[in-house]
Amino acid sequence: MSNIAQAFAHGKAFIPFITCGDPDLETTAQLVRAMADAGADLIELGIPFSDPTAEGPVIQEANLRALQGGVTTDKIFAMVRTLRASVTIPLVFMTYANVVFSYGSERFIRTCAELGIYGLILPDVPYEEKEEFCPLCRQYGLDLIAMIAPTSEDRIAMIAREASGFIYIVSSLGVTGERRQISTDIKPITAAIRRVSQTPCAVGFGISTPDQASAMAAQADGAIVGSAIVRLIARYGRDAQQPVADYVREMKQAVRILM
Amino acid sequence: MSHPQSRFGIHGGQYIPETLMNACIELEAAYNHYKADPDFQRELSDLLNNYAGRPSRLYYAAKMTRDLGGAKIYLKREDLNHTGAHKINNVLGQALLAKKMGKTRLIAETGAGQHGVATATAAALMDMACVVFMGEEDTVRQALNVYRMRLLGATVVPVTSGTATLKDAVSEAMREWTKRIDDTHYCLGSVMGPHPFPTMVRDFQAVISQEIRQQLLEQEGRLPDAVLACVGGGSNAIGSFYHFIHDPQVRLIGCEAAGRGVDTAETAATIATGRLGIFHGMKSYFCQDQYGQIAPVYSISAGLDYPGVGPEHAYLHDIGRAEYVPVTDEEAVEAFEYLSRTEGIIPAIESAHAVAYAMKLAPAMRPDQIMVITISGRGDKDCAAIARYRGEDIHE
Ligand SMILES: Cc1ncc(COP(=O)(O)O)c(C=O)c1O
Repeated sequence: MSNIAQAFAHGKAFIPFITCGDPDLETTAQLVRAMADAGADLIELGIPFSDPTAEGPVIQEANLRALQGGVTTDKIFAMVRTLRASVTIPLVFMTYANVVFSYGSERFIRTCAELGIYGLILPDVPYEEKEEFCPLCRQYGLDLIAMIAPTSEDRIAMIAREASGFIYIVSSLGVTGERRQISTDIKPITAAIRRVSQTPCAVGFGISTPDQASAMAAQADGAIVGSAIVRLIARYGRDAQQPVADYVREMKQAVRILM
Repeated sequence: MSHPQSRFGIHGGQYIPETLMNACIELEAAYNHYKADPDFQRELSDLLNNYAGRPSRLYYAAKMTRDLGGAKIYLKREDLNHTGAHKINNVLGQALLAKKMGKTRLIAETGAGQHGVATATAAALMDMACVVFMGEEDTVRQALNVYRMRLLGATVVPVTSGTATLKDAVSEAMREWTKRIDDTHYCLGSVMGPHPFPTMVRDFQAVISQEIRQQLLEQEGRLPDAVLACVGGGSNAIGSFYHFIHDPQVRLIGCEAAGRGVDTAETAATIATGRLGIFHGMKSYFCQDQYGQIAPVYSISAGLDYPGVGPEHAYLHDIGRAEYVPVTDEEAVEAFEYLSRTEGIIPAIESAHAVAYAMKLAPAMRPDQIMVITISGRGDKDCAAIARYRGEDIHE
């Protein structure tokens, strides 16, 4: 069974995202610990990319801040290696295809396995191109997380059937970023997934409030939040641990009660 | 499984968010349908001929030929097209297709502004809404084209993210497309991006080599020995090469923007300095650092200032069928001035990159050999910037 399954073993999962190296890697490591203690079930660690085409302004700027601070893939690996000694929470990397490919896909994925990274989220790798990374992920025991969007329609079954770890349901059209309202009806998407797969589903893109998180998690197995947390980090910088921990606790509370 | 038609050797593919997959699949299906539809082809030919002014002239540059003292030089005059560049060939095709698909809004990226102007033009003609994304730095370099787009009824969105140039405009247009797909077609301006764009844009630009072939056979009774074109994403180049790919005696030469030189960081010569990567929907060569971060490239030419190259060029390079050569800012500016003085033709600074290499190559060829240079666009848009490069402070 996938290592990621642990993340869905404590009721509905709350999955926060942060960009590694924003504002620096020491803060990232502290944030991971704080979020794990506050009840996060799985953490998405973003490896910054110069041109994050699936990202809205908030995460774009976090990528920029991190790269301007001199963060690299190797430095992030080193941070995770140290962190892993004391933190057991499931971790996945979220980045773009070129970051993995240019490092040498095998070298990158092998290192992830050594570090105890359980999966990869690559928003620019759809089903049709997953063979680029999937066989290597399988070989080293990682899950390449499948994404399903409001526009996927007839593609849902095909994608879900081969998904492992968890399925990332993109709640809204467009790029990452908080939205006042999420208009997509998730129910038919999860229903179509459930017809062919038992892989847990988490919903992300646009979620920022506890109400949105619980509404989304009610239709799925978990909620993912990126921009709202990254915004806190942009605001509080090196002092973001407390506000981020408080936020994660509140959000986990909002999704946990739904069983 | 990667879609086999999406590849040129190992290059190409569809590395895009899931949100856009069905849009690209629908676009491919519609394109394949209309490509084979005689009514669509008739309508498109009518637009190309009666609106855009095709066929463009293949002009024998007698003075330049005499002056350089080598190969006989012909200029393929894409600068004479309506809107002043080859971009209109692709845009009329895509806009017509989008209209048939029921789309009511076109979005586009633009570097030099030529593709944006062409898209705004087609949108005006076909009663479609139009939004053009343009790097903020380019809106300054190409202020005249910003005005033209607005005059044509388009909204121009200055892009401030990243390096605020062409790659950022592409990223922003892709983001916009994922937000709004139902009524919107992304009219991509070059042979790049995810499948089906590299194939579709190439087909729409292939009219250039189809005409060169026919015109040269009429004028000279033979094929050229070399075809030269500048390469940004590579649309005018692939359009100029396409109908000669299976004639191995025709040298195909793509001229990349070397900026301040391929041994400096201020270059946009992808094939000379890039590595294999995955970006903007495609596998191809990209200027990038050791961690795969896309490089902030530089060229005097806003239209060639792009860190990647279309996947079919990457493939033609791999198999050795086409050659790619770097041309510096300085060489391009000299060629810009040379062609203006020698033939009375002011080329786009992009096209001047091809002219610059022709000036080196022609003297090394024999007088019985023939070279065709594609003049992809006219240079009016560049006059102020080149004047500034030469230290003259003129205002548009
Ligand atoms: C006149 C002209 N030539 C060439 C180019 C480069 O594009 P491509 O390589 O797709 O022909 C541009 C792009 O803006 C252009 O305006």
